[in-house]
Amino acid sequence: MVDPLLAIEALTKRFGGVVASDAISLALMPGELHAVIGPNGAGKSTMIGQLTGEIGSDHGRIRFGGRDITKLPVYRRSWLGLARSFQITSLFSDFTALDNVALAVQAHSGHSFRFWRAARGEAALREPARTALDRVGLADRADTRVAALSHGECRQLEIAMALATRPRLLLLDEPMAGMGPEDSARLVATLRALKGSLTILLIEHDMDAVFALADRVSVLVFGRIIASGDPAEIRADAAVRQAYLGDGEGWEHG
Amino acid sequence: MKHLLECWRGSGLNPRRAVNAVVLAGLALMPVYAALTGDAFLMTLLTRVVILALAALSLNLIMGFGGMVSFGHAAYLGIGGYAVGILAKEGIGSGFVQWPVAIGASAVYALAVGALSLRTRGVYFIMITLAFAQMIYYVAIGLDRYGGDDGLTIYRRSQFGGFVDLDNKVLFYYLCLALLLAGIYLVWRLVNSRFGFVIRGARSNERRMRAIGFPTFRYKLVCFVIAGAMCGLAGALLANHTNFISPAMMHWTRSGDLMIMAVLGGMQAMFGPLIGAMTFLLLEEQLSRVTEYPNLVLGPLLLFVAIYVNGGIDGLLGGGRRG
Repeated sequence: MVDPLLAIEALTKRFGGVVASDAISLALMPGELHAVIGPNGAGKSTMIGQLTGEIGSDHGRIRFGGRDITKLPVYRRSWLGLARSFQITSLFSDFTALDNVALAVQAHSGHSFRFWRAARGEAALREPARTALDRVGLADRADTRVAALSHGECRQLEIAMALATRPRLLLLDEPMAGMGPEDSARLVATLRALKGSLTILLIEHDMDAVFALADRVSVLVFGRIIASGDPAEIRADAAVRQAYLGDGEGWEHG
Repeated sequence: MKHLLECWRGSGLNPRRAVNAVVLAGLALMPVYAALTGDAFLMTLLTRVVILALAALSLNLIMGFGGMVSFGHAAYLGIGGYAVGILAKEGIGSGFVQWPVAIGASAVYALAVGALSLRTRGVYFIMITLAFAQMIYYVAIGLDRYGGDDGLTIYRRSQFGGFVDLDNKVLFYYLCLALLLAGIYLVWRLVNSRFGFVIRGARSNERRMRAIGFPTFRYKLVCFVIAGAMCGLAGALLANHTNFISPAMMHWTRSGDLMIMAVLGGMQAMFGPLIGAMTFLLLEEQLSRVTEYPNLVLGPLLLFVAIYVNGGIDGLLGGGRRG
């Protein structure tokens, strides 16, 4: 049997009296797209924070590629191949789209104590960055400053930056947030093209996207995984329906 | 020179380039004018402008490009100055010793301050840098052997074994100007290098920088040390310029002046600190002739620039993008 790329064991985080993550266990097999859904306040963002290292964990372990990364700082996890996109677009607004992605490439091409040569002239940074932009369909916007990009383009750029770090695991934190149907469809196509070559953990409210893309779905409610299975099983699960899907509002908007 | 001209980038003439060119030409030719008119005071004033522009340039590197708002930058002027003054008093007059010590001591101080302060951000960072600078200020007051509160006269400028005679005011001025231009070129190379992109990225979005794999702290710390060293050199120049050091040169209001120069000229603009230092010091000089309280005018002016003019004087000039 293949070992999971990411194995989360009994991961717990308390904020005061609130248990934001309650003994979450989850395993992602290499190449799978695993979606985590759940109503607002279910603890999805806390879980992402724990996985990336921005939020410490009270209990439990995170194993990535067979290595315990529970205590590693954010940048070290990135070096190991764990990349993320942000729920709220988080880019370098005074740089161009290409600069943004090139910076992500640079983070993974040795140290940056290089003080003299112009970084914008380095093909070793610019070429892979262009490739990543191309993969998300932003090649023609390379030299546009982020401030001038549309919301949908920024969301695509988020993914391009994550891709440029050549990750083994991609954590996508609500990549469709605030997108119109057209942009969403474009992003679904982008993710579908990535599927298989990358392991992806997708946190998403857009159920059409989740059920169109996911190999497996886990449902997070009040910090707890209440169900895990393939999309058909999740649709049919009584507990899930009651806790989450039955709630018409949560279903559509979260 | 070819590289220095690249700081302009692109071609054609826009208001920014025109102003920069006029300022540089003016600075280059000023000694000729001063010699013709016998205006020794102008020479003294502009030497001060050039030296403090170097200090403001170093502050702009961390504040404008790195987002590290240091409110204790005058401490480096003091450390650089005291390095020269103390060594001179102890009979070590060689600039080949004095200046490296000034730069090295400033760098070590920056390393200590940065290692602590860069773990905090926002107001806490400002307060810690200020607290350290105040500490150094009071240490200088306590140095009885070196004049304490009254300061110390430097009877001999740094000796460079006949290579350069700093007592020659014109020569000293051109040396300061050359060092300033070298500094501007260095900063320009720096902020456009890989290192510079890390610093600017951390200013823009540090959280994202870490997420894509940058250990931002160490880069910011190195940048902080580079800026400190550069300002230490400015301090050594200043001590040679005034032939005098005193705790007053690192009073917290001096740090404020440097910040004003950087903001006024336009942060993230290569020539911003120079233009800011020149505007500030010339205005201060002119205003102090008509009023005892030049800050009554300078303060509101700074407020106006900070609130209404994005990018300082450089921002007013518009023109091509900077980078």
